[in-house]
Amino acid sequence: MSVVRAAESLLALSQQEELEDLPKDYSLSPSEDEGDIDGERKHQKLLEAISSLDGKNRWKLAERSEASLKVSEFNVTSEGSGEKLVLSDLLGPVKTSSSLATVKKQLNRVKSKKTVELPLNKEEVERIHREVAFNKTSQALSKWDPIVLKNRQAEQLVFPLKKEQSAFAPIEHVLSGWKARTPLEQEVFNLLHKNKQPVTDPLLTPVEKASLKAMSLEEAKMRRAELQRARALQSYYEARARREKKIKSKKYHKVLKKGKARKALREFEKLRKANPTAALEELENIEKARMMERMSLKHQNSGKWAKSKAIMAKYDLEARQAMQEQLARNKELTQKLQVASDSEEEEDGAEGEGELVPDAVNEIQMDANGPNPWMLRNHLRGTKEAKVQDPKKLPEPVAHEASESEKEERPGAEEEILLNEFEERRSLRKKSGLNQDTELVSRQEPKDSSSQEVLSELRALSQKLNRENQQSGKQNMSSTRTVPSVQREEPAEVEEEPLLLQRPERAHTVEELEELGKEECFQNKEVPRPTGEGQQSERNPNNQPGTPKEKKRKEEMIDLQNLLTTKSPSVKSLAVPTTVEELEDEEERDQKRIIKEAFAGDDVIRDFLKEKREAVEASKPKDVDLTLPGWGEWGGMGLKPSAKKRRRFLIKTPEGPPRKDKNLPNVIINEKRNVHAAAHQVRERETLCCLALLLEKNILVLCGQEGYVILTTESKLFSFSLTGSEMNNSRSILAF
Amino acid sequence: MKVKMLSRNPDNYVRETKLDLQRVPRNYDPTLHPFEVPREYIRALNATKLERVFAKPFLASLDGHRDGVNCLAKHPKSLATVLSGACDGEVRIWNLTKRKCIRTIQAHEGFVRGICTRFCGTSFFTVGDDKTVKQWKMDGPGYGEEEEPLHTILGKTVYTGIDHHWKEAVFATCGQQVDIWDEQRTSPICSMTWGFDSISSVKFNPIETFLLGSCASDRNIVLYDMRQATPLKKVILDMRTNTICWNPMEAFIFTAANEDYNLYTFDMRALDTPVMVHMDHVSAVLDVDYSPTGKEFVSASFDKSIRIFPVDKSRSREVYHTKRMQHVICVKWTSDSKYIMCGSDEMNIRLWKANASEKLGVLTSREKAAKDYNQKLKEKFQHHPHIKRIARHRHLPKSIYSQIQEQRIMKEARRRKEVNRLKHSKPGSVSVVSEKKKHIVAVVK
Repeated sequence: MSVVRAAESLLALSQQEELEDLPKDYSLSPSEDEGDIDGERKHQKLLEAISSLDGKNRWKLAERSEASLKVSEFNVTSEGSGEKLVLSDLLGPVKTSSSLATVKKQLNRVKSKKTVELPLNKEEVERIHREVAFNKTSQALSKWDPIVLKNRQAEQLVFPLKKEQSAFAPIEHVLSGWKARTPLEQEVFNLLHKNKQPVTDPLLTPVEKASLKAMSLEEAKMRRAELQRARALQSYYEARARREKKIKSKKYHKVLKKGKARKALREFEKLRKANPTAALEELENIEKARMMERMSLKHQNSGKWAKSKAIMAKYDLEARQAMQEQLARNKELTQKLQVASDSEEEEDGAEGEGELVPDAVNEIQMDANGPNPWMLRNHLRGTKEAKVQDPKKLPEPVAHEASESEKEERPGAEEEILLNEFEERRSLRKKSGLNQDTELVSRQEPKDSSSQEVLSELRALSQKLNRENQQSGKQNMSSTRTVPSVQREEPAEVEEEPLLLQRPERAHTVEELEELGKEECFQNKEVPRPTGEGQQSERNPNNQPGTPKEKKRKEEMIDLQNLLTTKSPSVKSLAVPTTVEELEDEEERDQKRIIKEAFAGDDVIRDFLKEKREAVEASKPKDVDLTLPGWGEWGGMGLKPSAKKRRRFLIKTPEGPPRKDKNLPNVIINEKRNVHAAAHQVRERETLCCLALLLEKNILVLCGQEGYVILTTESKLFSFSLTGSEMNNSRSILAF
Repeated sequence: MKVKMLSRNPDNYVRETKLDLQRVPRNYDPTLHPFEVPREYIRALNATKLERVFAKPFLASLDGHRDGVNCLAKHPKSLATVLSGACDGEVRIWNLTKRKCIRTIQAHEGFVRGICTRFCGTSFFTVGDDKTVKQWKMDGPGYGEEEEPLHTILGKTVYTGIDHHWKEAVFATCGQQVDIWDEQRTSPICSMTWGFDSISSVKFNPIETFLLGSCASDRNIVLYDMRQATPLKKVILDMRTNTICWNPMEAFIFTAANEDYNLYTFDMRALDTPVMVHMDHVSAVLDVDYSPTGKEFVSASFDKSIRIFPVDKSRSREVYHTKRMQHVICVKWTSDSKYIMCGSDEMNIRLWKANASEKLGVLTSREKAAKDYNQKLKEKFQHHPHIKRIARHRHLPKSIYSQIQEQRIMKEARRRKEVNRLKHSKPGSVSVVSEKKKHIVAVVK
């Protein structure tokens, strides 16, 4: 097999099959048995003869006549050691054999290939190496680019850049390595130990731990069961409440409410009999509930239901009635209860149980005495309400006497007003762009919460009580009845007006205030105007108060010079309510007066104008006068060069460009550079205009404690703490 | 009726403790304080003046060497320790706080050419004119022991510089070639050459620690890669570069101190144009060292002065000189970034403040606040001519001053000539070379 291996090494390409093709006798290499050459030869010849017998052309082994350097089984010998082996020599013997076709091919291929080029010289190779290495290194270095850029752009760098985070050691570890040394520390620890306070575990004291352990298993179980039960109950009630809340049936709710009210009434009745004092308290509660109702916006006809009803009221009688009911209820609820002390004098004799009676009686009596002028002035609304009462309250007692004609009249008028009012509202809505669907949503009641339910109950209760009171007090009223009826008859519109006031009462915005003002201005229309004029005249004494025409003429005559000295008449916005205005004006006047007093002596504006005039004069180019007195004529004391001569020798300088502040009365523009100021001005501004802007901004921002502090802390920048352990990484810290 | 009355919340004016500062109510409306900015301006002016008044940078001079100080080294772990090698072969270790020499070693015969400390601070290396590299222990010998180096390596040629790797037990020397040594071996693990001139200094990159830079006397700066054991690139300048220093914060930036009075800051990835040319010296620049912040560097020059340059400015922000200081050969910026040391011809090591008017010692918080405020003010009004003039003013010795004037004239003449040539020649025939490119002869790959 060594021969085979030799062949392999020579061709370096032969394959396994080829090897198998080779006859077995090749294994007998000539080198192996060199001893008996003669015998061998004979044997060889014999073999050749045998092989030639079967017709196949077998190549023979070369004879070795002498010792050669290379031994080849392919019969290839280079004659003499100095000669070169040529490829054709190799190919020669292969030609004949068919089994070595692949080898032939490969050899041919080798023949067709050119020789390998000479290797590059050393410098070239090194250069290439360097270039490759440089590229690699510079790529590796560019990973630092973002960091370097960040550091360069940073406003402030604090070193070391990467702070070593102190590892959080549990407190036990810290404490185990630490001992109390100073007397104070020892004392503290003594105290802690005495009181069995935790030293290592900061969370629980021994007492707390003990208490935690104290609860037994059974107890804990019981408690848990309790809690579970409570939770289950809670969820049950919640579910129930949710279910009830979801019920949409109006009837259901009505029934529910009525039932509740009835129940409450019954209870109240019982209570009254059993315990009058408790009943009184209950009544107070009821009253409070009523007040709360009054405060709320319920029954104000602002709900969807009310609006839809108002629309329908025109065509539908039922809706109209519902509307009226609603309004009546509103009236009832929103009546202001007169405080007992106000009407005490009258009530003393009339009623002993005035406390029990909420409002109606008092109101009427007060009306009988005429409206309170104070109330009228301050609380217009209050009086209006008071007036509302008589159409509302009186008919009910009268109803028994069946004055039907009146009854018919009244609803008609009411309806008209109602409709008008709602029409207005609708138009407003439309203007604001909120076109609402006109479907009948009768969900007038807001979500019923428990408190509201209680409220409604109490309301019903109080209404009933009211009715009872009215019936009982009918006799009392009969004497006073006539007067209100008369009142009602004569100014019908005035009485009906309050019904219109259905909007939210509180006036917050300016518009609301304006409207309020409009209403008020019927009474004191004249008041604001004169005061305003008075203020004007006070403010600018230069302006004589005159007719508008005069003013106009004056305005035309105003020139730029006087523009500064004259004052513009103050323009008042109508939106500002007069009362507020008055206050402000007073303050302003005070301020102005003070300023005026302070600057009584000097007229700043005149001074400024004078200064400007001087500046203008100074900046004008001056004529050069070259006249020499006494030249060509007599000179001396009292003699002046003749005008002709002066004219002749006067050199007039051309007028410069117009001043930039020519049309700016309150500005002096000095185009000359002030040398003294320039010393303190930044010169770079002219060249770096973008910088100038920055500078300007920067300069105006104060950097001390007066402004907000922005400091580049130089101390921080160079604050190194390279001590002890940190020094280990000083290099690494510095290299990020 | 509206009733007006004063009502105040005591929280707004009552101090919690008497140690708290009194609250001073203040209306921040700028219209109420029309003179605020002028006031600040005056404050800034005063601050600037005071800064100049207190600018006394010279701290101490360490004398003891009997020949010119040739090289300096910082201790990596101890701020107070400095090593210096002199031209007579003597190495001294100094304590800066005591301002005293704590140890003297006769290390070499002839010059101590280079000195560097090991990154751990336990030992240091010196090279000298006697062709040896010696490693010494940082601590002195015990009683009765002889002062002997830990290791001595005998080389074939003179070593002119040495630097230690920042993390590994490897150091590099330069002379005929750049040799990388393992501390444990007596022969270099690799030597890199490119050309045949003597290399005057070699420096390891502090960030990418396998990178080296060296400068040779054939006017070039060569960069090497230790891992690939190959030089990377070479840039040839107008004149010889004496030494280079890597920026400790930016891996690819280094500054070269050149014989042509300038310093050149290069980005090693683009060597054909320096990032900045720093010019203010009037004689050859001999040494350069970066501040640990990487924002500034200090340069020592043959013109008997040292200058501090911001990295991104071409002009120096500070110049230090004393009457007695001769040619400054070596300079170092301390690791706390506060001081500068320079060793000069006349055998002294001088200690300077990096910030001339800085107050030494512990500052109280108020002092600190005042300092910061003044700093901010100065910064804010720095462009105003009055302030600028005061802040820029420096005293210079007459020799340097006159040299500056002279060089200015020369430069102006050169510039004028250039302009004239440009003006009077066919357009396009004369190209304008920028100042940055002017000094670069070639970049060899």
